[in-house]
Amino acid sequence: MPEPTRTIAPPAGPPDPPPAPEIAVPSFIATLHERLPGAVPRVSYWVGDWTLILESPRLLDVAHYLRDAPDARFNFLSDVTASDWPVRAKRFDVIYTLYSIPLRHRVRLKIHVADGEGVPTVSGIWPSANWLEREVFDLFGVRFEGHPDLRRILMPDDWQGHPQRKDYPLEGPGELLLEGPMEWLRLRKTDIE
Amino acid sequence: MFDTSELVINMGPQHPSTHGVLRVVLRLDGERVVGADVVIGYLHRGIEKLCEHRDWLQIVLITDRMDYVAAASNNLGYVETVEKLMSLEVPPRARYIRTILAELQRIASHCLWLGTHAMDLGAMTVFLYAFRERELILDLFEDYCGARLTYNAMRIGGLPLDIPPRWDEKVRAFCDILDTKVYEYEELLTRNRIFLERTRGVGVIGGDEAIAIGLSGPALRGSGVPRDVRKDEPYAAYADFEFNVPIGMAGDTYDRYLVRIEEFRQSTRIIRQALDGLPAGPILGKVPRLIKPPAGETYHAIESPKGEIGYFIVSDGKSNVPYRFRVRPPSFCNLQALPRLIQGHLVADVVALIGSIDIVLGEVDR
Repeated sequence: MPEPTRTIAPPAGPPDPPPAPEIAVPSFIATLHERLPGAVPRVSYWVGDWTLILESPRLLDVAHYLRDAPDARFNFLSDVTASDWPVRAKRFDVIYTLYSIPLRHRVRLKIHVADGEGVPTVSGIWPSANWLEREVFDLFGVRFEGHPDLRRILMPDDWQGHPQRKDYPLEGPGELLLEGPMEWLRLRKTDIE
Repeated sequence: MFDTSELVINMGPQHPSTHGVLRVVLRLDGERVVGADVVIGYLHRGIEKLCEHRDWLQIVLITDRMDYVAAASNNLGYVETVEKLMSLEVPPRARYIRTILAELQRIASHCLWLGTHAMDLGAMTVFLYAFRERELILDLFEDYCGARLTYNAMRIGGLPLDIPPRWDEKVRAFCDILDTKVYEYEELLTRNRIFLERTRGVGVIGGDEAIAIGLSGPALRGSGVPRDVRKDEPYAAYADFEFNVPIGMAGDTYDRYLVRIEEFRQSTRIIRQALDGLPAGPILGKVPRLIKPPAGETYHAIESPKGEIGYFIVSDGKSNVPYRFRVRPPSFCNLQALPRLIQGHLVADVVALIGSIDIVLGEVDR
């Protein structure tokens, strides 16, 4: 059994491959390009999932459009989450997973955010974003502007730091990562010396 | 004259009807709830962070500990997400057995919900009845994999074990028992005057509002929205079976109760079909010895007993741990609706509503 290893050189982001030419683009993406030209500069397709990659100033336009357009009707916000890529200048990906209950299709929205940069909240469009955005704020430190109640949700109110960031250690702030017995031994040895 | 003012009380985190460590800060005007703040996080174990430091096979064990009354459903969601990421083919026999396990798990979870929900409302007998049947399912799981609560019952690409000899007969016998026992539960509750008074018209939420606030699973179907991941985005072997998706009409606690009661019957129906059509063949697909999905990210959702459980996993393609591991916990998203549901109701209804959205704090807090 190989030991779980951490990547030494952290990757600079997911590949987000564009769709292969033989893949049919869903109609709502085509009409979205027509109705809001330039709002979605990149579209990605990977193992059956469509992802729209955009900039945070256009997020609310696109979200409103996707909820209300007759060929999109994404009325259910499944999930809001983030991932952290510390080597990038805009280190966070904030990811919105949408589902349309009447039309039964999915899409993901993704925006790139720098540390400390605000993201417009979508809780006015989908009220279910309220707690999900609070969780992203709590665990990643991404600020959602206009959020009705931006407090920590899982960690205690006085907690320092944001645990899901990649530079946050697994075993508590300031603690050493001791994965195997050899690391304990090495520590004990330096103590004795 | 007496002066009236709002009273703020803490319900929980140590309160028997909150089913764990949930704290609800209630603002009361007499007996009526005028506002509520839900405080969670008491059971936060950092499962997402932990999974980003464990390799792909070890994570199956950790997912058991989220919704610990429906461990097999959590396992299923995780392994299917990794299979999607790796584009793995799962043999039909494995898919059928997975479906049987997931449906048994749904019955077990609903039994636990029914018992505790009825007990919160004062019906002690139902608790004993429902736990009697849940015990039979735990025995079936013990026969299958040796564990009674945290099963570790799935592997990436298939299953660790084939079903033991004569296990299918035991499952069939259990389905026959359960079908008669569901009528017993209904006799105790469905027309029970006290139960009706406590549940009808309590916590009414309409279909559109339920969708907007993010409800899923039986709580959403109780509001009349025919949304079931098993039908809409079929996974495992659900596309091969016939079953109905029960929906409510009024969107109150009573309808959510009726939906779950009907799901007992639909689950035994699915299990019988799966046992009838159980194909022969291998139980593990062609899986590389070292699990290392290609770089990319995906989201995959299944219907757990509580609602839509989704996994969003990012692989960097180089290390043997996921780069990002995210769970969309149905209990967490359903619990968000609690302040809206209890607005204007009596304090005594709060326990009815916490029971009716069926949360497990292990999954809410992770």
